[in-house]
Amino acid sequence: MAGLNLIYKGAEAELYRGKWLGFDVVFKRRVAKAYRNPDLDRYIRVTRTSLEAKLLSDARRLGVPTPIVYMVDSVRTEIAMSYIDGQPLKKLVPAMDHDAVIQAFIAVGEAVGMLHAGGMVHGDLTTSNIIVKDGAIFLIDMGLGEYTPSVEARGVDLHLMRRALESSHFDSSVSAYAGFTKGYSDVMGAEARLVLNRVGDIRRRGRYVDGGRCMLE
Amino acid sequence: MGSVRYVLGIESTAHTFGCGVVSSEGEVLSNVKSEYVPKAGGIHPREASQFIAANAPDTVKSSLANANITIKELDAVAFSMGPGLGPCLRTGATVARMLSLLAGRPLVPVNHCIAHIEIGRLVCREQDPLVVYVSGGNTIVSAFSMGRYRIFGETLDLALGNCLDTFARCLGLSHPGVPKLELLAEGGRSFIPLPYVVKGQDVSYSGLLTMATRQVGTSDKGDLSLSLLEVAYGMLAEVTERAIAHTEKPSLLLTGGVARSRRLQHMLESVAAEHSARLHVVPPELAGDNGAMIAWAGYLGLINGQEIPVERSYVKPRWRLDEVEVPWRG
Repeated sequence: MAGLNLIYKGAEAELYRGKWLGFDVVFKRRVAKAYRNPDLDRYIRVTRTSLEAKLLSDARRLGVPTPIVYMVDSVRTEIAMSYIDGQPLKKLVPAMDHDAVIQAFIAVGEAVGMLHAGGMVHGDLTTSNIIVKDGAIFLIDMGLGEYTPSVEARGVDLHLMRRALESSHFDSSVSAYAGFTKGYSDVMGAEARLVLNRVGDIRRRGRYVDGGRCMLE
Repeated sequence: MGSVRYVLGIESTAHTFGCGVVSSEGEVLSNVKSEYVPKAGGIHPREASQFIAANAPDTVKSSLANANITIKELDAVAFSMGPGLGPCLRTGATVARMLSLLAGRPLVPVNHCIAHIEIGRLVCREQDPLVVYVSGGNTIVSAFSMGRYRIFGETLDLALGNCLDTFARCLGLSHPGVPKLELLAEGGRSFIPLPYVVKGQDVSYSGLLTMATRQVGTSDKGDLSLSLLEVAYGMLAEVTERAIAHTEKPSLLLTGGVARSRRLQHMLESVAAEHSARLHVVPPELAGDNGAMIAWAGYLGLINGQEIPVERSYVKPRWRLDEVEVPWRG
């Protein structure tokens, strides 16, 4: 396609920047994976594309900051969405001081809380999937998300966030997660306690975690 | 003295009792193992540990004989302190403590997962790979960052090898089940949808195993094997691809017992090529559980002061990879 610039090649999709009816957009195209069984590959790309488009726009309606979805093409497994001229949170965290980390993650926790309260989960919360523009955060990459009010799915969201913090931002992971849970609890109210308790359960279910059970023993 | 040093390693986390000797030059002088194969069903920890106790003396003797070395010439004795099955770990640790006291040399505790990674780095000559470690007990995607091997993805429940072995037994296939499943899958014609569960960077195999075993008897064995393998490996390839895109490591190292899978090797080769990375597959004798890898990781531990007194050498059945400091990497 002419006039499109490849701006990012991720694990699952390629991002092109271009114009769509005059809007400055990103085309997110889920590309076929040669290593996958073709039936499985098609199924994964089609379902994730339509699910992501629905989740992004439903989340936005609830006030969760996400890109605006303009167009979905389930044959080409492509979404056109508004371009957010910001930086991934992953790149900004290392330069932040303690207070800045807390403030940023309070905002992330609030956004995730709004999403959960609206009956959705993100499914892949990492600092690469949060864009910061002029101090405001946006959630992107919702293809692994789900429509569910279940405590388990919400707990998995928080567990993934915590794991991502521990593997990519070990030095600030404790304050980041503390800020996150504060923002999350402010929005979720009494329900937050249930989810936070479940995060502990999910962690202990993992392999070789103290206080958990070992699958082979 | 600056001369060559020798370390003996004892591996006994599950069904393999291994004893290997390596030199400080990174040369594997011997690598002997005896493997407990259950008559039926999966590994019974007590029976596995009894097998280890019965086979340890001969395995250690042949390892020393193959290396052409005596106990007195060793500089240290390393052992897998965890993670693994408690009874097996304790039996192996007992052997290692005795050898350490006999030799009058330090005892060095080794994390089993670290040993898999370090022997892979040694033989594949890769400084800083993204590691995919898949076996009957572990499914981990890991890379070095800030002093430790961080976990970028892992299973939330069953290990990949555990899932495939259990399914193979349901089909009546004997151990080792994975090569037989792959052979059956070659005869598969149609793909049966099964739960494909990727949660963030992690995978979950328990639902997949349940759904696949439920269809044994009603669906074609070839189709079912094909679908199970495609979904199970596909999930792992996806999280591996996510991790390599995220970490931007220059190479991919496949290790563990399931590293032998041809289909998985092909998938990861494609993932690596897509991200301009090299794929290395650790050779089978060093990819599966073995004593030489414990000896090599033990040597690295030894020169970094990680020895432990016998009276404090309790095994750690739940010793996570990311809890261990790795001082030999900058």
